[in-house]
Amino acid sequence: MSLTSTLTNGVKIITVADNRIDAAMAIQFKEDMRAETNGGPKRVILDLSRVDFVDSSGLGAIVASLKQMGEGRRLDLAGLTPTVDKVFRLTRMDTVFKLFPSLDKALASLSH
Amino acid sequence: MKVPRSQNSISIGFAAKQIEARLAIVATISQLPNLGISQSQCGDIEIALAEAVNNVVEHACADLPDASGRITCLIKGDFLTIEISDTGRPLPELRLPTGSKADLSVPLADLPEGGFGWFLICQTASNVSYDRINGQNRLILEFQTEAKA
Repeated sequence: MSLTSTLTNGVKIITVADNRIDAAMAIQFKEDMRAETNGGPKRVILDLSRVDFVDSSGLGAIVASLKQMGEGRRLDLAGLTPTVDKVFRLTRMDTVFKLFPSLDKALASLSH
Repeated sequence: MKVPRSQNSISIGFAAKQIEARLAIVATISQLPNLGISQSQCGDIEIALAEAVNNVVEHACADLPDASGRITCLIKGDFLTIEISDTGRPLPELRLPTGSKADLSVPLADLPEGGFGWFLICQTASNVSYDRINGQNRLILEFQTEAKA
């Protein structure tokens, strides 16, 4: 699992370099997200533009990442590819997370 | 868009472990265009196939180190049939679980982190059936192939 992160205007951007977040790596992803989001800024954007596929275990790990950040913080998702977008919409998780078509659009959104 | 068919079936076996399962899922999806399946439909099929195969590894074959599975894809008329068989334990009461929608109107700490699998299978496959034959589970997912342009 490889996550990279940058801090831009008080927003933490975490980029997933792998092309899948699936059952084989869900636990690692959750732990890496914990390390990345521990104590950082209130708003975090997860850049999923390189991720082709998320299964229900990967979806669960993204939900767990939000939960472990704690109340009062935000995890927005950017750059969802078509199949990843579909998994979020089918499970209605698009009502829990704010989804942005691209990282630029997420950064342009000032509602934080 | 019509994709020329260069193959009639796909059959891929896997040891019931997560990394092996991932390789089998990826290999199957990468060959689907050879059966005439469009790239856009491959995504939907991968959603269902991944959940079905993960269930095999995480439930039917959990703690069974020698268990294995097999993915077999066949085109029958306008339908793609994917059979996932495994040597693991039967489904409880030999019945398909009901894939119900998760309740998301809950506090943050109570949001579900699992239980989406059967729901996703039922949302993406046209038909789902299960039986147990010769000590093996057999799950059959059917997909209506997209209208060819």
